[in-house]
Amino acid sequence: MKKLLLGNEAVARGLYEGGCRVASSYPGTPSTEVTEFISTYDEIVSEWAPNEKVACEVAFGAAVAGARSFCAMKHVGLNVAADPLFTSSYTGVNAGMVIVVADDPGMHSSQNEQDSRHYAQASKIMMLEPADSDECLKYSKMAFELSERFDTPVLLRLTTRVSHSRSLADVGERADNGLKAYEKNPQKYVMVPANAKVKHVVVEERVLKQVEYCETEAVEAGLNSVEYNDKKIGVITAGICYEYAKEALGDKASYLKLGCVYPLPTKLIEDFCKECDTVYVLEELDDFIETHCRKLGLDVIGKEKFTLQGEYSQGLIRKVILGESTASLKADTQIPARPPVLCAGCPHRGLFYSLKRLNVTVSGDIGCYTLGASKPLGMIDTVLCMGGSVSGLHGRNLADPDNAKKCVAVIGDSTFIHSGVTGLIDIAYNNSNSVTIILDNSITGMTGHQQNPTTGFNIKGEPAAAVSLEKLCEAIGINNVFVVDPYNLDECYETIGKALSLEAPAVVISRRPCALLKTVKHNPPLKVNKDKCKSCKMCMKIGCPAISMKDGKAEIDFTQCLGCNVCSQLCKFGAIE
Amino acid sequence: MNKAIMIVGVGGQGTLLASRILGSALLSKGYDVKVSEVHGMSQRGGSVVTYVKYGEKVYSPVIGEGEADLILAFEQLEAARWLPCLKTDGKVIVNTQKIDPMSVVIGDSVYPENVLADVRAAGAEVQQLDALPLAVEAGSAKAVNVVLIGAMAKNTDIDKEIWLEAVKSCVPPKFLELNLKAFELGYQS
Repeated sequence: MKKLLLGNEAVARGLYEGGCRVASSYPGTPSTEVTEFISTYDEIVSEWAPNEKVACEVAFGAAVAGARSFCAMKHVGLNVAADPLFTSSYTGVNAGMVIVVADDPGMHSSQNEQDSRHYAQASKIMMLEPADSDECLKYSKMAFELSERFDTPVLLRLTTRVSHSRSLADVGERADNGLKAYEKNPQKYVMVPANAKVKHVVVEERVLKQVEYCETEAVEAGLNSVEYNDKKIGVITAGICYEYAKEALGDKASYLKLGCVYPLPTKLIEDFCKECDTVYVLEELDDFIETHCRKLGLDVIGKEKFTLQGEYSQGLIRKVILGESTASLKADTQIPARPPVLCAGCPHRGLFYSLKRLNVTVSGDIGCYTLGASKPLGMIDTVLCMGGSVSGLHGRNLADPDNAKKCVAVIGDSTFIHSGVTGLIDIAYNNSNSVTIILDNSITGMTGHQQNPTTGFNIKGEPAAAVSLEKLCEAIGINNVFVVDPYNLDECYETIGKALSLEAPAVVISRRPCALLKTVKHNPPLKVNKDKCKSCKMCMKIGCPAISMKDGKAEIDFTQCLGCNVCSQLCKFGAIE
Repeated sequence: MNKAIMIVGVGGQGTLLASRILGSALLSKGYDVKVSEVHGMSQRGGSVVTYVKYGEKVYSPVIGEGEADLILAFEQLEAARWLPCLKTDGKVIVNTQKIDPMSVVIGDSVYPENVLADVRAAGAEVQQLDALPLAVEAGSAKAVNVVLIGAMAKNTDIDKEIWLEAVKSCVPPKFLELNLKAFELGYQS
């Protein structure tokens, strides 16, 4: 039966139909919904893990024990999971294991634009790349079979447009082969040098067998496909770029579509190039397929005409290959940009305003609160990676101890558990005079409200053990732990000031649930008393999207205001009621 | 011939539900449908866009410059921002609501005065409505999205019954009555 499914939903469906029994992931846009949909299937044990490394190891353990398993992450999450990834290539699996990795060309919601295909090549792990929801479903199922057949984890690469587009997918039934028997086999599963040397040989042989598969059986299975139309233009492509190319060029070109992007076939590509006059390689981000073609001595056109940055589109392909552009309209007006902002009622706002009052340098991290970097708050100095704020602050304070009392780190509850806690251990262990602020909004916010080890609920919303941040910090060796309410501006200012004045490591937990949580009760919207408003614009300094100036006076949009009362604390005239 | 519709607005206005209703209605007509959405960072009050494409066979899920038959804009400035994606003979249905971007709120830039006049002057056919009061009349300011879907529905060759079924399949039963009223108010506008 055909259903309109989100790419990520189709991946989940494919994994389900393929008999997946165990799933563990850490959320990350654009991969998050795969695991959210998985959690709706009772036949699959699904969990949120504290980070991607843990998720990958859980999936690995389950696969060795005999259960088809999977983990999902965004591209940068694979950096975190790279350690188990590389060696699981050597051990191989028992039951099938699929690692879903979602790249984000164009950086819709990411800090970089890295191309995960390099990980497939570096770890010598087979990688499939679907182009639409139907392929998401088919390839996910196929990935389990290939994983067991070649005794390796299999990577499934998605990109934002595939993950977050809905298209029709053919939905089928689940086939569950039960738990495979586990046999003790240290030569296979214990990666000490003596065993790993033997397994490395196996890995290289496996890649050659997979190349052979890609040349022949993969074509019969429709994974790699050749479509000859007009042969003046040939296109070698994979994933979403195939869709862009088909829309731009239609029958004016022939296509070699690669559903398996690692390893790449040789003969299939050479034969295709022989048939076509001019061959283009269409791939977003790096010149991965192009480099392979060049290694084969093939004359193809790729990045010299296209780009290493951002997304491709049918328009770009039409323009570069056919020299055609499309007429369009443009309004003769200056259009102000509209970047994302902290929501009205967001607890982070009061905290950042307090940091502004303290005039500190802020080592930032990954989450909604990264938006504290935007004007008018502008209170984040650096953002690198998950957990990087805490260890980065320690490094800054080592380099410039005289200014340590003017520097803090900010990190969310989920990000702190993900990899901030290790930085804090570093701070405690090395007695760093550093102040870490944990922004505890009781949820993983930016990815769309996932539970995490601090929230007291699991992926299915059932009660679970909750990490006590206070006790965790104390156990690490932080003797100064404070808790503040970010809606209380004076309390934040004074407590953080006090923490900075100490000659010891300190943690301030800024605790207030995300205002968008359904369990959070809101106050009625606030109103500006126009008679009392003196147009001083103090209330505008917190950058609340619900407040604007209309006819010289402040105005609060009742559709957005959640009555958090942060703005009213700034009004010296009591005009906000 | 494939058709391309863009739904544009400000994160939090409910463009995703609108695209789901539209996708559901198109599917009932037997079309091949692709809907491309924005999740994550851009939802936080930023400019958001959803692409809906349908026809016999749709390849690319996105809409580029000069490719949209219709733009359904939830906010005036967003209509102007995405106008270059409209076909030169395309149509814009726009909610006259104005939402200041943060740069305007803090005085770094100005909300242009006659946005819709500029959009018309560029050559686009514009149909405007004030959806917020209609949504409030239906029972919630949040129903702006369904009011706008109602207004758009009248511009399509899809039967009203199909649209109503699509609304039913996409909103929680608790809010069905409210949303059906919102759809009707948009449809009659």
